[in-house]
Amino acid sequence: MGLLYDRDKCTGCMLCVKVCNFGAIEKDGDKVKFDFDKCVLCGSCEEVCPVDAITIERKIVDKEALAEYKDVWVFCETHEGRLRSVGRELVSKGRELADKLGERLVAVLIGHEIEGLAEGLIHQGADKVLVVDDKIFEHYSTDAYAIAMTSLIAPRKPAVVLFGATNNGRDLAPRVAARLKLGLTADCTGLDIDEERQLVQTRPAFGGNIMAEILCPYTRPQMATVRPNVFKPTEPDTSRTGEIEKVDLKVNPVQVRTRVLDTVREVVEGMKPVEEADVVVSSGRGIKDPSNLELSEHLAALLDAAVGGSRPIVDAGWLPPTQQVGQSGRTISPKLYIALGISGAIQHQIGMASSDIIVAINKDPEAPIFEIADFGIVGDLFEVVPAIIKEIEKLKANK
Amino acid sequence: MPFNLEVSLMKIIVPVKQVPEVAEVKVDPETGTLIRDGVPSILNPFDEYAVEAAIQLKEKFGGEVTIITMGPPQAKDALYKALAMGADKAVHLTDRAFAGADTWATSYTLAAQIKKMDYDLVICGKQAIDGDTAQVGPELAELLGIPQICYVRHLEVTEDQKFVIAHRETDEGYDVVRSKLPVLLTATKGLNEPRLPNIMGLMKAKKKPLEIVDAAALGVPEDTLGLKGSPTTVRKVFAPPKRAGGVKLEDLSPQEAAKKLVEFLAQKGVI
Ligand SMILES: Cc1cc2nc3c(=O)[nH]c(=O)nc-3n(C[C@H](O)[C@H](O)[C@H](O)COP(=O)(O)OP(=O)(O)OC[C@H]3O[C@@H](n4cnc5c(N)ncnc54)[C@H](O)[C@@H]3O)c2cc1C
Ligand SMILES: Nc1ncnc2c1ncn2[C@@H]1O[C@H](COP(=O)(O)O)[C@@H](O)[C@H]1O
Repeated sequence: MGLLYDRDKCTGCMLCVKVCNFGAIEKDGDKVKFDFDKCVLCGSCEEVCPVDAITIERKIVDKEALAEYKDVWVFCETHEGRLRSVGRELVSKGRELADKLGERLVAVLIGHEIEGLAEGLIHQGADKVLVVDDKIFEHYSTDAYAIAMTSLIAPRKPAVVLFGATNNGRDLAPRVAARLKLGLTADCTGLDIDEERQLVQTRPAFGGNIMAEILCPYTRPQMATVRPNVFKPTEPDTSRTGEIEKVDLKVNPVQVRTRVLDTVREVVEGMKPVEEADVVVSSGRGIKDPSNLELSEHLAALLDAAVGGSRPIVDAGWLPPTQQVGQSGRTISPKLYIALGISGAIQHQIGMASSDIIVAINKDPEAPIFEIADFGIVGDLFEVVPAIIKEIEKLKANK
Repeated sequence: MPFNLEVSLMKIIVPVKQVPEVAEVKVDPETGTLIRDGVPSILNPFDEYAVEAAIQLKEKFGGEVTIITMGPPQAKDALYKALAMGADKAVHLTDRAFAGADTWATSYTLAAQIKKMDYDLVICGKQAIDGDTAQVGPELAELLGIPQICYVRHLEVTEDQKFVIAHRETDEGYDVVRSKLPVLLTATKGLNEPRLPNIMGLMKAKKKPLEIVDAAALGVPEDTLGLKGSPTTVRKVFAPPKRAGGVKLEDLSPQEAAKKLVEFLAQKGVI
């Protein structure tokens, strides 16, 4: 492990001096020199060097060095100043892992004007919150966030770093992993600590047809992205206390090579997000025509539910992409999932099989959805759903 | 960092992967291993969007599309498909030493090759449907030292060929993102409708240049490749736990069935 500097290749552009957050590089004649007591091997200089004069060798960490890495970290993504719910889920799960290791749980908050969220993370189970707050982090960018994460991780040496498998989480984590030359396990649905104190990462592969248990034996930190809605957040405990540390990090605007020109929301007003609802009423190709979605909307309204759909329904444009449940859509685990005219293809099941209760209505008794449904009705949804609506209305009237 | 100084010719590299048709992959319940016999292999569907996008840019600006894959000898079929669609040439990284690579080792190997080439754009698929990781794109971008825009479903290159403007899918909708070239993009559904190769295309494909590169030719240490170079290891694979089905009502009238369901839900306390 170490930083290699090729003085002959160096053109003396001084970019590395500008981007070092640790003051470890200074001008040395027409080249630069490194202060290895200050250098944490975060990789920012390597990334920015236009002539590859800087290389960082890492990778294998020997057994003794492994023990230097301590604590479980959770990257808590913010969006428009609010915490994404997967952050709370991961802090709850991370708490469990940290307790097994006998180490601390650290939440990482990056954004702008987000410090107010830190206390909630302590209530959720964090021992410590690292807050990086700057205008440059107001909107997500791969470059700024990758610099922030690597600059935090490199000197502090956590044993585990977890990210939510959101679009941004899946964009950021591999960038950080590659810079620090670490293994990364995508889209985990299970996490545990084994006898050797290693993180056991369980994830579906081959479209959910198999599960794999993955380890990172020689590299630290062990990093994973984790599916939203797999782990349930615990009740916050407002009496918990912890430490909040503000970290000053500079990111030079020239280091951010992409620019967001516009942000477009496609979430339809009044349409509840499927990830957050306790009840989801989903329709598949069996619904036949977009006008029939009224039926599912009626049922959903009675149950205070979100309206979801299988991929063909979304592909046809009958529902927005945000409502698609499944492998290429959202993964959800509501208390109640009602599938109307959905066959239950494996790609659909991946997105909803961890719901507490699954109800299926399908006219084909052989439909695979019945293999996982807690309550199945073989019948025509156009007859069964109106009857269900009537029954629920009756029940409500009697209450 | 390789720059293409000739403005009018776009050089585009598309990394593609050959994957098994996942819907047909099953686990042997006895041994816990994958049954892949007889499972057809295809060009990763997300990579088709990437190939199509590259060809469309070439048609607009002129230039050259190079397909690259790391994989066993039979992965050349995926290359032929992309060539038949209209790509110009292909590079096949193939060697026993590459086997067993995780996303890090895959990106490292691809990067070692791509660094030797000239490019303005690298377009990956969003994810490969066997591993579903979506990690190789961003890791490759990092190793090449270029910016990335992931999950692109709309793409423009400015007339001066200096910038890309892309719609990047987010959890709420999309961002319009601009980046200077060179940049790495990952393509997702909605970017385009990939063309089907025709007979002429298939015939031409076999005559297009296809370079085979092994570990020695790549010239990187063996311990950075394949299984040896992979920081992650798979401890075991197993069939997903089956959720047991419950009640299944077959011969009741819709009214009776509905009544039983509502009773069930009320008893479970969900309504
Ligand atoms: C890479 C990949 C990713 C994918 N991602 C997803 C994903 O994220 N989400 C997803 O859902 N799919 C996904 N799919 C597609 C998936 O394989 C299936 O094609 C899809 O889920 C089928 O949708 P469906 O059940 O609505 O339609 P179908 O399979 O056509 O099923 C319709 C069902 O409706 C029933 N039906 C018809 N009429 C009635 C009636 N009057 N009353 C009651 N029942 C009726 C039929 O019996 C049938 O079972 C993906 C596929 C691939 C290859
Ligand atoms: N072995 C490979 N050879 C070439 N390209 C690959 C390979 N594996 C992955 N890719 C590219 O990286 C993308 C994401 O793959 P993955 O990270 O495996 O989901 C794919 O869509 C391909 O464009």
